[in-house]
Amino acid sequence: MSPDLPHTHQHEHDHQAVPSDPALRVKALESLLVEKGLVDRATLDALVDAYEHKIGPRNGARVVARAWSDPTYKQRLLNNADAAIAEMGYGGLQGEHMVVVENSAKVHNMVVCTLCSCYPWPVLGLPPVWYKSAPYRSRAVIDPRGVLREFGLELPEDVEVRGWDSTAELRYLVLPERPAGTEEMSEEVLAALVTRDAMVGVAKVSLSKVGSTG
Amino acid sequence: MSSVHDMGGMHGMGPIVAEKNEPVFHHQWEGRVFAMNLAMGAWRKWNLDASRHARELIPPAEYLRMSYYEKWLAALVDLIVKSELVTCDEIESGKPTMDSAKAVPALSADQAMARVATGGPAERNVHVPARFKVGQRVRTRNTHPVGHTRLPRYARGRFGSINCDHGIFVFPDTNAHFLGEKPQHVYSVCFAARELWGAQAGEKDSVYVDVWDDYLEPA
Repeated sequence: MSPDLPHTHQHEHDHQAVPSDPALRVKALESLLVEKGLVDRATLDALVDAYEHKIGPRNGARVVARAWSDPTYKQRLLNNADAAIAEMGYGGLQGEHMVVVENSAKVHNMVVCTLCSCYPWPVLGLPPVWYKSAPYRSRAVIDPRGVLREFGLELPEDVEVRGWDSTAELRYLVLPERPAGTEEMSEEVLAALVTRDAMVGVAKVSLSKVGSTG
Repeated sequence: MSSVHDMGGMHGMGPIVAEKNEPVFHHQWEGRVFAMNLAMGAWRKWNLDASRHARELIPPAEYLRMSYYEKWLAALVDLIVKSELVTCDEIESGKPTMDSAKAVPALSADQAMARVATGGPAERNVHVPARFKVGQRVRTRNTHPVGHTRLPRYARGRFGSINCDHGIFVFPDTNAHFLGEKPQHVYSVCFAARELWGAQAGEKDSVYVDVWDDYLEPA
């Protein structure tokens, strides 16, 4: 059968037993669309390059580090995230309407999209597989503490867990707690501590995680 | 529609597998599918809500089996065929049919990057009265539409309170079916975790859901 072609499921006929290699099907589709003048290969190259190399979680980490370093910026970020993130030069597709939620000793925020894969692209890039996967999407809302435990984060009972389900066009970024012992660090050094997972809310920022991409 | 994509609260999906140092795309074709989705969107034959709905229409067993970008590929093929940019014959043969018109010009790389930089805001600058106020207790409608909707099953018929009013946005339930944007307020609604999940949930925990005006009624 051809599970990639929903239209073929409206009529009955012999399907192939095994779906063909997606790489081959995608190559054929790209050639067809190029031949029909519907897409330009250079455009696809530019888009892939942008999301592989330019638009990723380092952007969000710089926003967080600025908020940790500059209390007035942090206020602007919490009050009007779009404008504050734009100050840092970020914005655009899938980050048109941003909301920043702040973690503290008493409140832990975590972000999910139970219905699909909504994620703040301009500041975090494209989401990792686990964020888009059935296990995370199904359990983040019903068992957030269990999910956090799977990520190695055990939260005390008295911490309030707030889940944010990205059901509309608002995109959420978690402002993690600044770890103790970082008071003297520059914004640049701080940014290197901030992980993607901490900005989704499935981890805390710690001093031992320098250089980690998670 | 209440299909398997609406998975908030389901059990049995297994452990969360987080990959260390995960690449943006695991295969070259994934990046091409992602980019083709963005580039083909420029023909404005569909909208963001319609493309989400196309992925929801993938039959449940296949939806769960497919990888993420396989779903994007399936939905893209569905969208370009339904919108008559490409025919089924062309997809099957991989070649344009004899009488196929060549569309020109395709979105250029500069235009694509400009679109990435500006995005496609879903907020609308129109006056629509808000039916609810911040702090107000509300109840979500107990509704099970067969078409596209963004009110998850776990949050239907539930009591919550308005956390904030995000402003006026396009309504997915009509927009996905090309029945108009029907702009209306979207609110952040706070639900106590125990209202959604019962006594097993943390007493202090909550889930915030972004909810369109039409999904709500006064409590």
